[in-house]
Amino acid sequence: MLSSIQNPRIFLHHCHRHYTTTITATSQIQTIQKSILSREKTTRQFAEQFLNRLHQTEPQIKSFLHISQTVLHEADEIDRKIERNEHVGPLAGVLVAVKDNICTSDMPSTAGSKLLEDYRPAYDATAVKKMKEHGAIVVGKTNLDEFGMGSSTEGSAYQVTANPWNLECVPGGSSGGSAAAVAARQCVVSLGSDTGGSVRQPASFCGVVGLKPTYGRVSRYGLVAYASSLDVIGCFGSSVADAGILLQSICGHDKLDATSSKREVNDFTSQFVSKDYFESQPLKGLRVGVISETLGDGVDQEVVSSIRGAISHLEGLGCTVTEVSLPSFSLGLPAYYVLASSESSSNLSRYDGVRYGNQAVSDELSSLYGGSRANGFGPEVKRRILMGTYALSAGYYDAYYKRAQQVRTIVKKSFKEALDSHDILISPAAPSAAYKIGEKKNDPLAMYAGDIMTVNVNLAGLPALVLPCGFAKNGTASLPVGFQMIGAAFDEEKLLRVGHIFEQTLQGYSFIPPLIADEFKC
Amino acid sequence: MAFTLFRGIQTRPLLPYSSAFTARKHVIFCSMQSTQTETSMKTKQQAPSNFTETARAKAVEKVLKDYEAIIGIETHVQLSTTTKAFCSCAYNYGSQPNSCVCPVCMGLPGALPVLNSKVIEYAVMLGLALNCKLSLSSKFDRKQYFYPDLPKGYQISQFDIPIASNGFIDVDLPLEFGGGHRRFGITRVHMEEDAGKLLHTGSGSFSQVDLNRAGVPLLEIVSEPDMRTGIEAAEYAAELQRVVRYLGVSNGNMQEGSLRCDVNVSIRPIGQLEFGTKVEIKNLNSFSAMSRAIDFEIARQAELYNQGQADEVVQETRLWEEGAQKTVTMRKKEGLADYRYFPEPDLPEVVLTEEYVNGIRESLPELPEMKRRRYEEMGLTMQDVLFLANDVNVAEFFDATIAKVADIKLAANWIMGDIAAYMKNEKLSINEIKLSPQELSELIASIKSGTISGKIGKEILLELMAKGGTVKGLIEEKDLVQIVDPVEIEKIVDKVIANNPKQLEQYRGGKTKLQGFFAGQVMKESKGKANPGLVNKILIEKLNAKS
Repeated sequence: MLSSIQNPRIFLHHCHRHYTTTITATSQIQTIQKSILSREKTTRQFAEQFLNRLHQTEPQIKSFLHISQTVLHEADEIDRKIERNEHVGPLAGVLVAVKDNICTSDMPSTAGSKLLEDYRPAYDATAVKKMKEHGAIVVGKTNLDEFGMGSSTEGSAYQVTANPWNLECVPGGSSGGSAAAVAARQCVVSLGSDTGGSVRQPASFCGVVGLKPTYGRVSRYGLVAYASSLDVIGCFGSSVADAGILLQSICGHDKLDATSSKREVNDFTSQFVSKDYFESQPLKGLRVGVISETLGDGVDQEVVSSIRGAISHLEGLGCTVTEVSLPSFSLGLPAYYVLASSESSSNLSRYDGVRYGNQAVSDELSSLYGGSRANGFGPEVKRRILMGTYALSAGYYDAYYKRAQQVRTIVKKSFKEALDSHDILISPAAPSAAYKIGEKKNDPLAMYAGDIMTVNVNLAGLPALVLPCGFAKNGTASLPVGFQMIGAAFDEEKLLRVGHIFEQTLQGYSFIPPLIADEFKC
Repeated sequence: MAFTLFRGIQTRPLLPYSSAFTARKHVIFCSMQSTQTETSMKTKQQAPSNFTETARAKAVEKVLKDYEAIIGIETHVQLSTTTKAFCSCAYNYGSQPNSCVCPVCMGLPGALPVLNSKVIEYAVMLGLALNCKLSLSSKFDRKQYFYPDLPKGYQISQFDIPIASNGFIDVDLPLEFGGGHRRFGITRVHMEEDAGKLLHTGSGSFSQVDLNRAGVPLLEIVSEPDMRTGIEAAEYAAELQRVVRYLGVSNGNMQEGSLRCDVNVSIRPIGQLEFGTKVEIKNLNSFSAMSRAIDFEIARQAELYNQGQADEVVQETRLWEEGAQKTVTMRKKEGLADYRYFPEPDLPEVVLTEEYVNGIRESLPELPEMKRRRYEEMGLTMQDVLFLANDVNVAEFFDATIAKVADIKLAANWIMGDIAAYMKNEKLSINEIKLSPQELSELIASIKSGTISGKIGKEILLELMAKGGTVKGLIEEKDLVQIVDPVEIEKIVDKVIANNPKQLEQYRGGKTKLQGFFAGQVMKESKGKANPGLVNKILIEKLNAKS
């Protein structure tokens, strides 16, 4: 069944220890919850374990822009609560990293921009607030491409994050810090944001699970806006279960976000079935559509074979797999860049240096604006503001913005049709595995082209789950490859259920980077 | 911190009327009008000398023989919702700078707008009141420009699909200006948010931003270019003010900036079809300023046309300078500003159901135009009609007074006479005086039935307005019941005649004017309670009796 999956990196079939045999299939959150509630281990012990790893690996990976000083203190608080038999939430003792474009009241939130250097929000984003209410400990703020604009995290104004699998490679982006932090087990789970693939592509590059919820599923309140009609807060975990549990705790209607959905939220985690209870073909009857446009030219052959491997695995689980064509697929990329740039040119207008952020010294208004923005924004941000301003200008609006909206409508419609006849759609998460740091930095178009697999999903507002399924050779080392499952709007439940079964049954792989593999060996 | 208010608006106690008009004397009821609505009728605050005023009027009159003025008005009405348009901040005019703010209205990173549903309700109310067609599905757009008082770098507004459009407003011009009925077209009504204010320091070395006003809901009302004179324009705006006050959607106060008008003026030779170049005038803080600024502008443009300098009328924004009584260039427009409007992605579409609209339509109050027509049908003069309907509170007071029995004309006279005078002197609004409509009705009835005299009535009224109480109570308490018993009056008359033999002699000697003296003495003797009719009747009999 797995014959076509190439180059499994570490065979663990001889290992019997809990952690190593089912590392990608086991919920770390549930493990922690169970251990601390049964008092087998303290929250502090877990926290220390992660913090130690964080401090060990951080000098090489650089996933964090800010690390909390109060983690152990907060862990002790939880331990005291448990001692007193007080209720602790489902995320109790879980160390969560938060992308630095998500506002936290007790830590800086720079969005990776010099303009917001030292900026401390007055409030917690709704997602952060909810996590904290559920007992989560925010371990720090992670690196990103400035304002989420980029696909490699090289666009951060502060530092370059390395891919834990290969320190010479990018972690992907823009949520590269959050993906790398989970991959290197610097934290249990993390929050990212996904406007055009910023959760899914780094999840693929770093060999972790990335979940992009349906637009409106999670409140955007407190997410520094890049492109409001596309932005969603997403989740990273080392297992589908963890990503699902995290989503469960942050989703739902928020009266502070008019675009957040009022739909009822089901219990995603109740869908999780342990593999001990599987039938032989647990996904029998599931109609899977492989988007044919995503496996053609321009897609790395190693990526294609990993995806093909995942497809055969799904078939083995009982799925009926067919190819489905989305003719509008290639139109998504240019439409995305027009729309996202247009919205960003507007959303970033507020960074004028008047009320907060770095202000240029000036005795005249236009140079105060010009100076603050010229000094504060990096080149990619400026490029997108310029593109967006152009696209929205009188005389160009119809040709660009309006046209792109029309494409968006077509994309939505074609996904809707494909999902009427299929339960889930499948594609790679990115056309390649992680590339070298610096390789595409000065080639914006090549960088943009890397978003081809993900942007359509944002245009359609659909949920998608990326999970590791194999490896691609990159020189001497191998880098993880993820595949993307796209579901119908608000059907995260199905994606999580399928993903959970997939990862539990995908034997022969460990998605623990060699950098930290020693810790997890038997 | 600078507490001075923007644009040189003086700080003064917030009075519910405009002090500007209380200074006016020559129209008796103007103070009453000024308690609520500053109409163009009683204009001329800081009135320039009569000479210049007359000169301008003549100049405009002369101009309008050859030219036609085209006037359109954009009005911003600040809604009196409890909270701002897109966040839960309360807004109170005159609060400490930056004390009514939150992450949303400050435009902090990550903050999102959520629409206050009251804004929609008020917009629908005004749309219906202005006879507009409502868009059952409209949306918000972002209007983008940079200015320090605009925290997000864009204003949330409505661009191509306003919530209401294609309406009209009916206006009765004041009698002083010839009267007459006009109907002016309303192009559109749309919802948007207000910006903050800049506070400029005295030295001018720096400015500060006050974001209290940022995010306060506004309705922008754009008129058709249907007005032809300053008076028409001012009356249009005054009627709009009446409408928003009748609806209760805004306090419509111009001094506080709750109602702001920008006027577009162009002229063209009579008979010409195409429009001339239009000029926008800002800084119009009263209806009177509006009327004068427009007249000035018409004369200015005509002068240029007449001198063959038509090309010097350029598309620009001019500022009305109250002190100099003229308009001056504020900024010339270099082409059309590009606001790069696009649909606001943070807010869902605004969808109205027919039921919702019908519910609001059914709950609309009687509007000024309906009220005026009703008063007219009741037989009141146009002067009375305009006065009573001008202020919604006065109109409601009048309606309550006549609800049961009171004589319509008498009620109108009392309100426009003694009550208005009292309010003017005491600087009170009709809701602040202690008199209730029921008691006014009672008072009128008591006079009519002869229980008290008109003179006593006036005295009681003063007491009722100042201290409250009931007509019956005061009559009893002060023993004010009119003496209508002829025997009793005869006794008093006899006494007065007996006490004034000299005057009697003069009277009988032909000085019949002295009847008034005797009547006065009788009234005095009766403490004003004697029925004047009977007094006179008996007095004449007695005085003329040859005994």
